[in-house]
Amino acid sequence: MRLSKAWMVASKDFKTFTKRKSIFYSIFYFEVIVSIGLPFVIRFVTSKPGAAASLPILLNAFSFLFVIGAALAPVGIASYSLVGEKVQKSLEPLLATPTTDEEILAGKSIAAFLPAIGANFVGVLIFATLVDLFTHNLLGYFYYPNWNIVIIVFLLGPLACLLSVGYNVLISSRSNDVRSAQQLGALIMLPMGAVYVLSETKVLDLTTTNLLIGAAIVAVIDVVVFFLVKATFQREEILTKWK
Amino acid sequence: MSMIEVKNLSKKFGEFTAVDNLTFSVAEGEVFGLLGPNGAGKTTTIRMLCCLISKTSGDAQIAGYQIGDDGTASLAIRKLIGLVPDNIGLYDELSAYENLDYYGKLYECPEDVRKVNIEHFLTMMELWDKKDQPVSNYSKGMRQKVAIARALIHDPKLLFFDEPTANLDPESARVVRDIILQLKKEGKTIFINTHNLAEAQRICDRIGILKTKLLTINTPEELEKTVWGSKTVIQVEEVNDQILAAVRRYSPKDLSVEENKIVLSLTDPQKENPDFVQAIVDAGGRIQYVTQLNPGLEETYLKVIEETK
Ligand SMILES: Nc1ncnc2c1ncn2[C@@H]1O[C@H](COP(=O)(O)OP(=O)(O)OP(=O)(O)O)[C@@H](O)[C@H]1O
Ligand SMILES: [Mg+2]
Repeated sequence: MRLSKAWMVASKDFKTFTKRKSIFYSIFYFEVIVSIGLPFVIRFVTSKPGAAASLPILLNAFSFLFVIGAALAPVGIASYSLVGEKVQKSLEPLLATPTTDEEILAGKSIAAFLPAIGANFVGVLIFATLVDLFTHNLLGYFYYPNWNIVIIVFLLGPLACLLSVGYNVLISSRSNDVRSAQQLGALIMLPMGAVYVLSETKVLDLTTTNLLIGAAIVAVIDVVVFFLVKATFQREEILTKWK
Repeated sequence: MSMIEVKNLSKKFGEFTAVDNLTFSVAEGEVFGLLGPNGAGKTTTIRMLCCLISKTSGDAQIAGYQIGDDGTASLAIRKLIGLVPDNIGLYDELSAYENLDYYGKLYECPEDVRKVNIEHFLTMMELWDKKDQPVSNYSKGMRQKVAIARALIHDPKLLFFDEPTANLDPESARVVRDIILQLKKEGKTIFINTHNLAEAQRICDRIGILKTKLLTINTPEELEKTVWGSKTVIQVEEVNDQILAAVRRYSPKDLSVEENKIVLSLTDPQKENPDFVQAIVDAGGRIQYVTQLNPGLEETYLKVIEETK
């Protein structure tokens, strides 16, 4: 596989997103709400008496939202980048160029993964900075950075993002409509949302160890999804079975 | 040297045979047309030759490279061909220039070559002044031209067109045909799928008629001759028994009369026609017209297809 070829495919998608603004903005919706909205919720909470004790638990749960963010951010791009090609019937001429299936797949994945991870990273930076600003007086120390957020940003988040990209490629191969692909694609957040709810209700403790175990589980699922995607993204399949 | 060499090529989708045992070759610089009804396997054939789908059995070589061999041969083949598929698949959001530039990159043209070629082909298609508009604003004919320019961007030796003028108005269709003829002049080898018989007749050196199997293959003129034989039509003022008796004396292969027209099947019309004309005149017939029966490609095609039923 030639990365330069994959990069050509990704660059073309980047160019498309600058023209389809709604796709581009879809990366940011969740990130903006979480990274700017939630710190103000925290600020409100800190004004109540006795907040210092429950604050770290709340913050830890909020940190996990950036795993969901990493999974949601690529949905719009990944589904548009494949279903869009399907609807425009541009896969046939694309496959007729001297580009391999893997290079096209890698390009499409890069196009969804990089902006999503970038947006998530920026979101975390904004969130952590605001939270530190609002809570330092009360806690007497800077809550962020800590190991949990480092694992989320650099390990669990990217793995969840990758899972989301792969899952969306699979959805796209069965879908003919960008909107429904996006809706189905967004279901990726359900299992992660469940983890979040469990942590808020204190059934599951989001300790560093648990996050690492979670990362290992997602990594295993990533590998399985990778092989499924690889089997789906073959020129013969694309031209004769993708409907 | 032949550019395309196909031997016993077949394609099955599950149990269904879409293309059955094709054998033919296309010479370098030739324009070859594949005619056939809907579902005949034309698109399937092009897709196999462009290494887009696998073959089920048989062999095909493109410029000496075996299709379906391995990744390297497929890449080599795809580098030297250009494809205009039936669904042209342009990127609507992008301009004509951006569409071509992307394909230029994918075909590994260096930036300076890409620039020159894009300008050359968009100018040739009379689209240069609209180059920065998104192609979603283009008419069908303009989009087809962009798709052709896209297939030419890396200056391929061999071009595949899948029904390039379907859905175009007569004027746009003519422009597209003229472009194909221009490419032929430049020495490109061209493989074209079409339903349009007049088009095939005008631009193809040879024609294959496909209906899952390759029914026949020949030049348009020879095709008519072999299917119909040579026929002469002699129109007289009035046909009578004396005239017919005179004609029969020269024992034509086949004779039929439609109103005042005598239709004769002959082996060598140029040698035999004068004898028949003389005989009719001697029998008192007054000749109005002597013409060669020209059924045209359409009739020929329909007859060939009909015979498979
Ligand atoms: N992916 C597929 N799965 C099953 N059958 C297929 C598939 N693609 C094509 N076929 C069948 O193979 C036959 C040949 O199809 P093909 O598209 O090659 O015909 P065609 O000559 O190009 O027709 P048209 O003039 O309509 O474009 C058809 O009967 C079609 O239904
Ligand atoms: Mg077809």
